[in-house]
Amino acid sequence: MSQELLDLIAEKINTLQGADTIEEAKLNFHKPMIILASQNWDLNTVNVLRTDEFLQFDFLSCVSAIDYEEHMEVIYNFYSTTLDHYLYVKVKTPRGNPVIISLEPVYKAADYMEREIYDLMGIDFTGHWNLKRILLPDEWEGHPLRKDYVTDKKALGLD
Amino acid sequence: MSELKTETMTLNMGPQHPSTHGVFRLKLEVDGEHIVNAEPVMGYLHRGTEKLAENFLYTQFIPYTDRLDYMNAMTNNYIYCSAIEELLEWEIPERAEYLRVITMELNRIASHLVWWGTYLLDIGAMSPFLYAFRDRETILDRLNEISGARMTFTYHRIGGVKWDAPDGWLAKVQETVKELHENIQEFHTLVTGNEIFQARTIGVGILSKEKVINWGLSGPIARGSGVNIDLRKTAPYCIYDRFDFDIPTEKEGDVYARYKVRVAEMFQSLRIIEQACEQIPEGEIITKKGKRIMMIKPPAGEVYRRVEASKGEIGVYAVSNGTNKPYRIKLRRPSFVNVSILQDLLKGESIQNLVAIFGSLDVVLGEVDA
Amino acid sequence: MDVILMVVYAGIVMNLLLGGVTFAILFERKVIGYMQLRPGPNRHGPWGLLQTIADVTKLLMKEDIIPNEADKKIFVLAPVLAFAPAFAVFAVLPFTENLSGADLNIGILYILGVSSITMLGVLMGGWSSNNKYSLLGSIRGIAQMVSYEIPLVLSVLGIIVLVGSLNLRDIVGYQESIGIWFIIPQFLAFIVYFISSIAELNRSPFDLPEAESELVSGYHTEYSGFRFAFFMLAEYTYAIAISALATILFFGGWLGPAFLPGIIWFLLKMAAFMFGWYWLRATLPRARVDHLMNFGWKVLIPLALLNIVITSIIKVWMGG
Repeated sequence: MSQELLDLIAEKINTLQGADTIEEAKLNFHKPMIILASQNWDLNTVNVLRTDEFLQFDFLSCVSAIDYEEHMEVIYNFYSTTLDHYLYVKVKTPRGNPVIISLEPVYKAADYMEREIYDLMGIDFTGHWNLKRILLPDEWEGHPLRKDYVTDKKALGLD
Repeated sequence: MSELKTETMTLNMGPQHPSTHGVFRLKLEVDGEHIVNAEPVMGYLHRGTEKLAENFLYTQFIPYTDRLDYMNAMTNNYIYCSAIEELLEWEIPERAEYLRVITMELNRIASHLVWWGTYLLDIGAMSPFLYAFRDRETILDRLNEISGARMTFTYHRIGGVKWDAPDGWLAKVQETVKELHENIQEFHTLVTGNEIFQARTIGVGILSKEKVINWGLSGPIARGSGVNIDLRKTAPYCIYDRFDFDIPTEKEGDVYARYKVRVAEMFQSLRIIEQACEQIPEGEIITKKGKRIMMIKPPAGEVYRRVEASKGEIGVYAVSNGTNKPYRIKLRRPSFVNVSILQDLLKGESIQNLVAIFGSLDVVLGEVDA
Repeated sequence: MDVILMVVYAGIVMNLLLGGVTFAILFERKVIGYMQLRPGPNRHGPWGLLQTIADVTKLLMKEDIIPNEADKKIFVLAPVLAFAPAFAVFAVLPFTENLSGADLNIGILYILGVSSITMLGVLMGGWSSNNKYSLLGSIRGIAQMVSYEIPLVLSVLGIIVLVGSLNLRDIVGYQESIGIWFIIPQFLAFIVYFISSIAELNRSPFDLPEAESELVSGYHTEYSGFRFAFFMLAEYTYAIAISALATILFFGGWLGPAFLPGIIWFLLKMAAFMFGWYWLRATLPRARVDHLMNFGWKVLIPLALLNIVITSIIKVWMGG
């Protein structure tokens, strides 16, 4: 079941974006996961995931970001309320200038979650209507969840 | 007569305000009592929980999950532990799973009770608050007896639970369930049929099904709008598939529908506890490997796990690199996602409706700000 | 000589009133406490009898704070203006057959007229505080009090039609002569009076001007210390005045079986009337502004008018 779904998704995206768009497609704990680069991740693809009659991923459950030393990843967890299946989408972006398109125009759920990632991880989401810090003060410097972030204890009055 | 010239004014509701339930600020642009624009401002309670996780052993992070949604700490404990267990691919002892279900459901009722009381307080009725806290107190006593804490339990551990139920505890729980049954029934006579209450809630803050799904709202808010999703039923985790219970849903999508869903949910939780107390087997409460906390080293990998908390869908994205500290823990906090609808929902409402709508979302700031 | 007597009487009433307010507050807190599964105040004095005194002492000893941005003169004047008319009402209230201040033959007109001035205190307090919550609270308060003043006055008209006098003593006398309290022949009027009195006093469930969960504390958000105490005093004095008036109009004032003196009957009836308010406060959620306005203008006023029509017809039919 999951394997079939994975094949179907891979096929849809490959026809849309050209072959070899998907870097890797696998099952992660029995759920399909696809990995692609940020330049191949656009709103067309997202719309296909959302509206295709066999996919119908209408619920964006979670957006997470991970900082690996060599690149950054944003992971979208989709769920289909009508067909009851899941999908992980991993989008890779270079660490120097992390930019990914925003899903906010399609999924409103992405609004706050992308702002949070922008705030804590410093990934730019292009097309977001209101991309600014959400948890930290506006004048905060740096993005704490990055692995190379140094906590300035003196400035915070902790030392 | 010439047109009267009027101006809107900015009203900062919060961070200290009786009905923002914590340190939450709403920057309102009001025209008299009508809201032209609303901008939620948050982060006053941000503690960098996700960053902290990266510096601890896997087990050491559990107390921090208590402090997210402090009204419903059991489920937070559970989601974190179960995500790590999934990475480890451990089998959990039966008895531990039952104890987890009982504590989680008791905690869910306690959380809904607090919501019920404070919500009515927002609406302007004071007595329900004290009735709700009477019942919540008995639940907290039960949870205190098993975990040693009233709100920040840290009861669930990776691989099981920390303490076994003390002698006679299950019988006490069954008694509590009976008592709660009667008392919660009383809530209906106290409030549900009240005309003023209905006038203030019916038709207020309507959310359509499409909106709910698109905004990623979950929990009682979604079920109040006819989205029939409860992860305990649609994607059973733990041992929820062994119990017989219903998912209360309402179609209207207004504040009153959310109210009805939450009250009905309390009864369903009672049903689950009743069944669990009868079925619970004897046996181990934690796996052997779970006791050696320095040695908990999940193999490199990542997993996203989501369960149904009292506020909605809570999720953990756990990434391991094979050491005994997590590489990254991402928390999907239901309140954080649910609160995002405010900017859309409040436009054009009055200040009085604002209180009714905001309260109906059941937001806990510890969770919003992480 | 008369002047001295008047001053003495006012002094006595003032002191009794302070005591009355003290225990009205305690009574309210106890009643609500028991309705809410808790004992209510019980720390100060036996049965918490000294609780309010302790509260007032605390308020009086607090620093007097006037916000920098406030309009000082008006800010200071507002609590006084809220209290004075509520107190002035007591000049004409007859507590027993013999015990009363001025025996005014337009007593009821005087009461209704003077008590409206309280509204100014609310408006001035809210406006001068220079606080947005206060402003919203006072706007709500004025709208509500103006709207509910009308059904309150109209509900009294039926009684005046029946009695044919504006003198409060005559009204009680009439009830004695027909042998029945007005609550029975004028039940509709009583309901209207009861509901509009709650709104007039900004009490729950119509406590919109002070709605804590919305407007923090409404028009007196910026008040503290003895100025705040003054507002509270004004509120309860007015409440006592309104319930005293209700006692005279609907419950036959000091009338009652002879085993208790008239003044006791009067106080008991007042307490019973106030208990009704407390009961509602412990039971009902707060109404919404638009519902409140609709209810006042579209339900209460027509009902009160209907009552006048019915009463007039009966009066004519009975042969005026």
